[in-house]
Amino acid sequence: MAESEVLTAPSRVEYPFRRTTGPVIGAFFTALREGFIVGIKGSDGTVIVPPVEYDPHTAEELHEMVEVGDVGTVDTWAWVAEPLDAQPLRTPFAFALITLDGAGTAMLHAVDTGGDPAAMATGMRVQARWNPAKPPVTEGETQLAPPPGGRFREGHILDIACFEPIPASDTKGA
Amino acid sequence: MRDVAIISFAQTKHVATRQDVNEVEMLMPVLVDVVEQAGVTKDRIDFVCSGSSDYLAGVAFSFVMTLDGVGPWPPISESHVDMDGSWALYEAWVKMQMGHADVALVYSYGKSSPGNLRRVLTRQLDPYYLAPLWPDSVSTAALQARAALDKGVITEEQMAQVVIDARRNALGNPNAQLAGDLELADLLAAEPFVSPLHKHDCSPITDGAAAVMLAAGDVARELCERPAWIRGIDHRIEPHAFGARDLTTSVSTAQAAAKAGVANGKVDIAELHAPFSHQELILTQSLGLDAAATSINPSGGALCANPVMAAGLIRMGEAAQRIMRGEADRAVAHTTSGACLQQNLVAVLEGEG
Amino acid sequence: MATDLILPERLQGVEPVRSIRTPAELNYQFTAGKATSQFLRGISQRRILGQRCPVCSMVYVPPRGACPTCGVPTEEEIDLPHVGTVTTFCVVNVSFYGQGMELPYVSALILLDGSDIPLMHLIQEVPAAEVRMGMRVEAVWVDDTDLGPTLESIRYFRPTGEPDAEFDTYSANVLGTRSHEGQTFAHLEGSPS
Repeated sequence: MAESEVLTAPSRVEYPFRRTTGPVIGAFFTALREGFIVGIKGSDGTVIVPPVEYDPHTAEELHEMVEVGDVGTVDTWAWVAEPLDAQPLRTPFAFALITLDGAGTAMLHAVDTGGDPAAMATGMRVQARWNPAKPPVTEGETQLAPPPGGRFREGHILDIACFEPIPASDTKGA
Repeated sequence: MRDVAIISFAQTKHVATRQDVNEVEMLMPVLVDVVEQAGVTKDRIDFVCSGSSDYLAGVAFSFVMTLDGVGPWPPISESHVDMDGSWALYEAWVKMQMGHADVALVYSYGKSSPGNLRRVLTRQLDPYYLAPLWPDSVSTAALQARAALDKGVITEEQMAQVVIDARRNALGNPNAQLAGDLELADLLAAEPFVSPLHKHDCSPITDGAAAVMLAAGDVARELCERPAWIRGIDHRIEPHAFGARDLTTSVSTAQAAAKAGVANGKVDIAELHAPFSHQELILTQSLGLDAAATSINPSGGALCANPVMAAGLIRMGEAAQRIMRGEADRAVAHTTSGACLQQNLVAVLEGEG
Repeated sequence: MATDLILPERLQGVEPVRSIRTPAELNYQFTAGKATSQFLRGISQRRILGQRCPVCSMVYVPPRGACPTCGVPTEEEIDLPHVGTVTTFCVVNVSFYGQGMELPYVSALILLDGSDIPLMHLIQEVPAAEVRMGMRVEAVWVDDTDLGPTLESIRYFRPTGEPDAEFDTYSANVLGTRSHEGQTFAHLEGSPS
């Protein structure tokens, strides 16, 4: 070992957390597990997605949860040419703020255009690409594993794998 | 209100990595320097407050290791914030307003090089809706940049000019990590990094430290020829959900600026903590500054050296230093925290005579 | 709040999600720094190195490059003997994830002769019930082939067989009454129980 060598060592810090949700955030994830999206009405009636317990501007406790669409509009986006570990996609993608139909606020998720940044545009229409539901387990059999690199819906933001552009010919949406 | 002033400031020569030392070894020369400049001995310091981040260091209670540098035995009155040192300065200022201290030492430090800063900063985001997507700090800043460009409140040329001015200013800063003369055409033609941001629109990865000595009233006058008086200081925070905020302007900065009294006089210099070029433009607008009348980031700002956790305190120190040297009479120093300018602290500094 | 939450029809009667899995991992290249590197290098050569403060002359082990009392850098290296006194200890009866030791085991603070702060390590080759404050102990090292820049190069400390050290010789460490730069904390001194 060199006289002046300063020692370094790799250090891996893991946070194996399971977080309790409470009823409001829990309802959002319950809906995701079931394959749809909900928000909550704010003090001024704006539908906040994802939902929060208290209005971010008035601090009022919120109560009324409503269903919103799984199709929406890109408000702004950023192109991630070289994805980092654990990001939603391994291939180049966009992070985007998306206002879903029926929502009054934007939520953040990933948009997969097949790796083409030219396909991204503010104002474009996108739809959720859902992960599959967990298959029911029959008596005496073990739970099927998801496909390699894939996930089953379990109540997690990645129950939506990502969003993708709606084909131009599709008339779905506002 | 007690008059509180910055009476000395010290910082490291900022570099991409200090693999040769640990945090306390990196910080010690800065502490020795700031205490020497202030002309005090350890027993004269009534309160010590530091700013650093455990997530940045990858170690719980990491700040405890650097306390050795301030000689905490016999026991001292001390506090810590897991935030930029500017908030440690704010806590010290409050302590002094309450009359519990006349002299306070504030320090902050951070090594961004050991970990992946972009990923580390995802841990400050909403743990349910955002953190599991690992939206890194450059990506979230890029979202804000595009929103501001789309809205027309900033242009790509303006962003590039911010970088050019910063690097040119940094030529006069011996502690800056990046400095030089850049060409607008080159910047505009550069490959995107996380579009619409280019690498040059982002602050560098830096390991560094800074410290400031505060003193009140006559003690400040006794210890320093021309103290940099803190005439106003305030900080405000916005909701953490991106969807609840207007990312193209900084409401919290404007509120803090009003409370701190920025508009009460001429602003000679403004040190703005903008780790991304578009953010300097947004902050200048939100502070109500006239870029033609005010020298913005004469030190080069965070774009030229960004020791996370110290970069904001350095803005305070750089502004104060220019006042202490008589190069400016009135300055604004700003610090940000959180993604996309979520939380902002604004201070107004003045020299007398 | 929970009782008056209005859920959309599709969620009514559905088993709710109550928690979510959010595992996270961050990787770092951790730097030991100069002082710790020198200490660990010394350990790999069967040397226990402390550092002495240039102002107050206190010797710290393991050294950290700074004196916690004076707040100044420490550089002078002191080669410490491998014997010392147990100032305090605990008997561990609880198992935990990653622990390799057979229970019960003794973890102790050992004030090496000539140092001013104790080092933490294990005590073995003595029944746990016989470990006591003041016990004189010596380091037991691993074989040459297993030596490395880690405190594990010292397997444990074991009794030397010498008579116990007088309480006075280490009481300052236990009571925190160590006199420093002329300051004393006489009001904290009391008789050991």
